[in-house]
Amino acid sequence: MTITEKTADVPAPRSGEEKSGRLLDVKDLHVEFHTRDGVVKAVNGVNYSVDAGETLAVLGESGSGKSVTAQAIMGILDMPPGKIPQGEIIFRGQDMLKMSNEERRKIRGRKIAMIFQDALSSLNPVLSVGYQLGEMFRVHEGLSRKEAKAKAIELMDRVKIPAAKERVSDYPHQFSGGMRQRIMIAMALALEPDLIIADEPTTALDVTVQAQVMDLLADLQREYNMGLILITHDLGVVADVADKIAVMYAGRIVETAPVHELYKRPAHPYTRGLLDSIPRLDQKGQELYAIKGLPPNLLKIPSGCAFNPRCPKAQDICRTEVPPLVPVTERDGAELAGRGSACHFWKETIHG
Amino acid sequence: MAEPTKDAVPADVTPNVSEVETVDAETPEEAVAAIEAPVERGEPILQVRNLVKHFPLTQGIIVKRQVGAVKAVDGISFDLYQGETLGIVGESGCGKSTVAKLLMTLEQATAGEVFYKGQDITKLSGRALKAVRRNIQMVFQDPYTSLNPRMTVGDIIGEPFEIHPEVAPRGDRRRKVQELLDVVGLNPEYINRYPHQFSGGQRQRIGIARGLALNPEIIICDEPVSALDVSVQAQVINLMEKLQDEFNLSYLFIAHDLSIVRHISDRVGVMYLGKMAEIGTDEQIYDHPTHPYTQALLSAVPVPDPEAREGRERIILTGDVPSPANPPSGCRFRTRCWKAQDKCAQEVPLLAIPERFAGEDTPAAHESACHFAEEKDVVHAA
Repeated sequence: MTITEKTADVPAPRSGEEKSGRLLDVKDLHVEFHTRDGVVKAVNGVNYSVDAGETLAVLGESGSGKSVTAQAIMGILDMPPGKIPQGEIIFRGQDMLKMSNEERRKIRGRKIAMIFQDALSSLNPVLSVGYQLGEMFRVHEGLSRKEAKAKAIELMDRVKIPAAKERVSDYPHQFSGGMRQRIMIAMALALEPDLIIADEPTTALDVTVQAQVMDLLADLQREYNMGLILITHDLGVVADVADKIAVMYAGRIVETAPVHELYKRPAHPYTRGLLDSIPRLDQKGQELYAIKGLPPNLLKIPSGCAFNPRCPKAQDICRTEVPPLVPVTERDGAELAGRGSACHFWKETIHG
Repeated sequence: MAEPTKDAVPADVTPNVSEVETVDAETPEEAVAAIEAPVERGEPILQVRNLVKHFPLTQGIIVKRQVGAVKAVDGISFDLYQGETLGIVGESGCGKSTVAKLLMTLEQATAGEVFYKGQDITKLSGRALKAVRRNIQMVFQDPYTSLNPRMTVGDIIGEPFEIHPEVAPRGDRRRKVQELLDVVGLNPEYINRYPHQFSGGQRQRIGIARGLALNPEIIICDEPVSALDVSVQAQVINLMEKLQDEFNLSYLFIAHDLSIVRHISDRVGVMYLGKMAEIGTDEQIYDHPTHPYTQALLSAVPVPDPEAREGRERIILTGDVPSPANPPSGCRFRTRCWKAQDKCAQEVPLLAIPERFAGEDTPAAHESACHFAEEKDVVHAA
């Protein structure tokens, strides 16, 4: 019932062929895990959006909640222990959190697909890659085994796996790391989804192979005009492919910015610290800048701004008041499109 | 273990490494005395010559037959000087970690020598070997699996003293461990805690404290920061640099993160499929690479600057690293190289200063194992 009402509200037609405009809107998403030790607050009010053809990079350290957000969008969180106490995940005008499992299953894989970090453990070792690729077509489109296999070969060609025809019956362990990641990409692409979520797609790969895989992903994204959420901790990869960036810390977005802006003028001390800790040529032989301390324990996130114990600029207000994500402006108040910072002292951070 | 003997190991002539002054020790006492002797700063402390490690591939369950060998390390030579940091970079499977294990004598070399202060450690045994092992320590990659979860931090850091009691007498150990904790920036009161009570960065500090316990001269670091978060990596790198100055250590720093290697290293060696492709000072390797593999590797590293993504030329290698069980003939990189010609398939290129640069005073004049070595301008991360 709710769903039909929702659709009526939204003027944008929900036709399957529509391939532009706003794809995904995550609004005030919270995720927590109820464990024996207490409630782990993994995501605490995340907002972001992705348009068609756009690449959003979600940057953060381990435990910052970047992967949990992605899993919540995909609907693959283990619940329990996971719980989404509030928030909305709006995909093409519909709140996915209000859908039935049946409806979500139709979106998952067909409209939103995910590429996982570790291809070897994400593929089933006892099924051939051809079977696993074809599964998408058999389940979603009801194709026969033979047709699905032909489609699988086509997909493997598309992601540039040499000798696809001969290799379609091989098993995951017979492929190298880079090839396995290509198979993961092929699987995500199978039904030409509108949005792909790539969770650290190249972290386990060598740099030369990483370059190949990122190139392939960028080409395919252009070809299909897909939205891409790239989850990573690598500032280099982000600079190479992202359009806009959301920096996460302790389950919150601390800064959002278009890619060029972020690297030039960070507006949050955490982003600045990350950028400063990259070894640079002129710093050879000197001490590297290091953010002091450790990422917070999500069981007891510091009060106020979660970054305050590690922040060089922290003042009393940072220990008591949670800074909201506010728009960042120029000195004269001119608006900076797409920029936001969750710091009480963003003005001092960006304008020196 | 069946060692391959028939496989003729190509004599890899490397003319540009220093001459080894061997020490002929008649008795174990003499050997130990030579090992204890100090080395001047800037003198070679470790000299590796034509080091080879082949892992046999066997077939059959009852009668084991050798059908080949994985040539993990296939004739590499380099020097490590006292007080310097030598970085080793390369893709996974190129033999970096096997080199580390060979230098630690955790693996027996198939052929070749490792001279530590003039003595070949691959042939040492007994007291002399024990003395060498005291002086060469290791820091491992994964701080989660390299610490025993059932031992307290005090036991982990103090364990080396069980084997080498001469370093710290029994009654003195606790104090010594607390000192070490203080040196690596941990609270000495943590001595009775267990590894799971620490974060990744803190655990790596424990691993470093264990490496320092016996006052070694050389520390071999096998990917010491790759398992850590970005914001914690810088802390550990700073600590390692501080300790190097404080204790006059020589580091062999193995990693795949090229910008970190450049930051910490005095010299850098690039490995590919069990061979050294290129070696030189950090400036020579990063700003004037002459080996196509080094150039490709540098250009593949994403630059943390979005301004650079437009104009920069990237060399994207096709395919994967070939299997070390069946490496290509001639130059091992030729299957992925855009410069490869017939000569590359027939002749193994030697690691030497390329002829065209010999005698010239340019940064390009450093050792590179390529028939067609030339400079190429690549924009890269460091």
